[in-house]
Amino acid sequence: MPPLDVAGFSVLFLLGSALLAPLLSRYERLLIPAAFSSATLASLTATYAGFAAVATGSNGAATLAMGLPLLPFNIRLDPLAGFFLVVVGILSAFVSIYSIGYVRGYLGKRPVTGLVVFYLLFLAGMFLVVLADDAYFFLLAWELMAASSYFLVMYEDERAANRRAAFLYLLVAHVGAIAILLSFGVMAGLTGAGGFEGYTFDAMRSARLSPGWGAAAFFLAFFGFAAKAGVIPFHVWLPEAHPAAPSNVSALMSGVMLKTAIYGMMRVAFDLIRDFPWWWGGVVLVFGLVSAVLGVLYALMQHDLKRLLAYHSVENIGIIMIGLGLAMIFTSFHLPVLAALAFVASLYHCLNHALFKGLLFMGAGAVIHATHERNMEEMGGLIHQLPWTSALFLVGCVSISGLPPFNGFVSEWLTFQALLLSPALPHPLLKLLVPLGAALLALTGALAAACFVKAFGVTFLGSWRGHRRKEQIREVGIPMRLGMLLAAGCCLALGVFPTLVIDWIDLVPRQLFGGEIAASAGGYGWLWLTPYSPERASYSAPVVLLGIISVVAVTFLLLHVRRVAIRRTPLWDCGFEKITPSMQYTATSFAMPFRRIFGFLFAIRQQVELVSPQNHPEMADTLNYRLRVRDRFWGWLYEPLSELAFWCARRAGRLQTGRIQTYLLYSFGTLIVLLVFLG
Amino acid sequence: MTLHWMAIELIQLLMILFLSPAFAGWVKVVKCRLQGRTSPGVLQPYRDIARLLKKDVVLAENASWVFRVTPYIVFGVTVMAGGVIPLISVDLPLCATADIIALVMLFAIVRFFTALAGMDIGTAFGGMGASREMMISSLAEPAMLMAVFTVSLASSSTSLTQMVTVMSEKGFMIRPSLAFSLIAFILIALAETGRVPVDNPATHLELTMIHEAMILEYSGRYLALIEWAGMMKLAIYFSLGIAAFLPWGIAGSAEPLALALRTLFFVAKLMVGGVVMVLIETGLAKMRIFRLPDYLGSAFLLATLGMIAFFILE
Repeated sequence: MPPLDVAGFSVLFLLGSALLAPLLSRYERLLIPAAFSSATLASLTATYAGFAAVATGSNGAATLAMGLPLLPFNIRLDPLAGFFLVVVGILSAFVSIYSIGYVRGYLGKRPVTGLVVFYLLFLAGMFLVVLADDAYFFLLAWELMAASSYFLVMYEDERAANRRAAFLYLLVAHVGAIAILLSFGVMAGLTGAGGFEGYTFDAMRSARLSPGWGAAAFFLAFFGFAAKAGVIPFHVWLPEAHPAAPSNVSALMSGVMLKTAIYGMMRVAFDLIRDFPWWWGGVVLVFGLVSAVLGVLYALMQHDLKRLLAYHSVENIGIIMIGLGLAMIFTSFHLPVLAALAFVASLYHCLNHALFKGLLFMGAGAVIHATHERNMEEMGGLIHQLPWTSALFLVGCVSISGLPPFNGFVSEWLTFQALLLSPALPHPLLKLLVPLGAALLALTGALAAACFVKAFGVTFLGSWRGHRRKEQIREVGIPMRLGMLLAAGCCLALGVFPTLVIDWIDLVPRQLFGGEIAASAGGYGWLWLTPYSPERASYSAPVVLLGIISVVAVTFLLLHVRRVAIRRTPLWDCGFEKITPSMQYTATSFAMPFRRIFGFLFAIRQQVELVSPQNHPEMADTLNYRLRVRDRFWGWLYEPLSELAFWCARRAGRLQTGRIQTYLLYSFGTLIVLLVFLG
Repeated sequence: MTLHWMAIELIQLLMILFLSPAFAGWVKVVKCRLQGRTSPGVLQPYRDIARLLKKDVVLAENASWVFRVTPYIVFGVTVMAGGVIPLISVDLPLCATADIIALVMLFAIVRFFTALAGMDIGTAFGGMGASREMMISSLAEPAMLMAVFTVSLASSSTSLTQMVTVMSEKGFMIRPSLAFSLIAFILIALAETGRVPVDNPATHLELTMIHEAMILEYSGRYLALIEWAGMMKLAIYFSLGIAAFLPWGIAGSAEPLALALRTLFFVAKLMVGGVVMVLIETGLAKMRIFRLPDYLGSAFLLATLGMIAFFILE
């Protein structure tokens, strides 16, 4: 069976499940395992299809007997689409397993049928976005994805903040969709084909755009996809919407939905337009760097676990775009091997981010499931109550911080290598500026590590700060643990066997622009990752892992030859009274040095107020400390924009006098004007 | 007769393991001399480690497995890092497993887990140390990478053996780019190893300690492992500096006599480096914590200058 048919089957299966799900709405206990198992199955099928498409380099296309008379749906599964099918499919499979346990937590609290149906439609939408091969079907799938995820964000709609977040999400998604539509319009219009012929991606591929129109098409698409991917400064919806959704959906939105936007950028730049000057890549690179650094800094300031993770998505999208921008720069200077290295780094990070961010959101969901709390300041010491969740969450933390031998390190390392190859560029300024990008990437990595020390330390370590009794907190069930365990396993596997993965990915850049690195990347054998050449750089994750494990094992054995008693004692309290949990460092205090150093990037309002008893003004007994850290972009970009929108609306509102005579006059005037122009 | 490369790797690992306490002792001896105190001798660190290994372990009631695993991870990763840098030969099998970026990241693992262990007990000290350490490292790491990137651009490689080979083949000459980078590297190395203008390894005063605050709750063999790893880290940073900036006398034949000579040369370089560090430490006072961004920022600026100088002048 060709991969395209398998992928189509998986999508049909999802759509069919979504249709049938309401039939079981009265038996929700049955609906949850049935629906999410079929989602798992469909995702695994799609993963297989994508894997096969990349591995064999197949390029199957088909025209469906659906759609409008002159606009049939076209689908295609080439290696690029196949790769993203794997990214979406593999995490969806794990999250679907996890959902069997997670959604059960809603039973008896609210109806879950809607959640199930929109979840299935959301998955189908993401698969279709990747498979679509014409502008019309692409946008249809894009809207299916956006609309279904809107309802998922709205799921817990009794909170005003969630409704607001969902509205903001819908708004930005549509502004982005309009830009993408316009971009496709530009490309279709310039194919030279009459009627609707130009709307297929095939027609766009064969068209040659003039530099000006090409730039218009690319940057419209870039804006549209950047708004979806949460690239700074179009990111403000992301930290609102992702935390508002149920955690399994947040995992999918952060882990894979953002990747469809990256897919869109890659498709437009490398497949539809193909021929571009270096500065397009430069723009992508700069947006990527800004998103990476600011994203992680904003993340450091958060104390809501899911908001923190959402800001990290902004950071990681930035890292992915660094690779993408570099690939574009190298391609424009006709350096296909270097471009392939940067492109593979970018793709690899897409896959890695999907897995570790999915894992972290699932972990956050497990914590919320167990504690009913999202604020880190009210947690602590959960490692004793949630041993599985904490260990798996730690794997996610280590991976996202880019520490060897886990997967985040491999893709960041490849990005570093690509950045350090800048001397090959013929442009003197670029030679100099690109390595500075490496410094910013290093800053991002180090800050991410700091942020996850904070996230893990405050949530899982120390002692419990919350109001609930900690004895009530229970470890989550088997399906949730299994979902996280599989994702964690993949994080380790992708970190330890990078050469095998690169061998597989390599066909994507080869098919897109003829660059490949697999021959050089595996030059020393599968044990050694040597992008470019062995003299240039090499890294062997299996040896690092084995080396560390063997040293640890030998040390452990040597130290345990002689049995030494371990005495457990209460904490040393320096001779004062008992140490209380409120004396621990909090998330806010942990981030204080960063707030102070990078304070100019945030809108910080800090208030300290001493409250004294009525008759003794000099004896303060309570101290109120209020801290509000806001994203500067609200004040810089969005508030002026919304002010402007309101101002225009008020101006336009003057037309509405409320008198029927005036309105009739307007109609009459409009008719006259139309007659004059059309007649 | 030439030694097998596995034997050289083994010699190097043993050197890092068992000579690093002596190096820490040497630094202490020189420091005592300069400050007019009597020193405990070069062997004192060995005695400290032996004493700690013999002692019982006292753990806080709420210490989790993260706290108990951290010393082993710290020790294991540090030994791994010690096997990667070429000290007396470039024919190291482990050298190809990790390049300079991976090496910096190995130290990031050490820091990550030490900081987590600091937060595990739930005292204010641990959290304070973790927060400060992560703040310093997040500023130091980019500067560190910028400093070594200049060398890797000059040798067009990030692999340490290749860097050493290319740079030592070029012969000794003063390059402005490397001079800037070296200064930046020294500033950063002081920060990363927790030496005086940034942190004071000898203090236990609550407001000034950073690294010590994180490991305050450790005792017995756990503390021994962490202290030992700290000594190795100091030696490794010096070795890294030597390999990146003064690589002459590392590459050469694998005959036992030549190896022994190069080992002596390396030890001599290390001892001189220790004296330089002590001079800096004795000449400076510890900085306030919020002066550190300026300090680390200037290190970053120097490293960037080095890189610009490389592109413009070379």
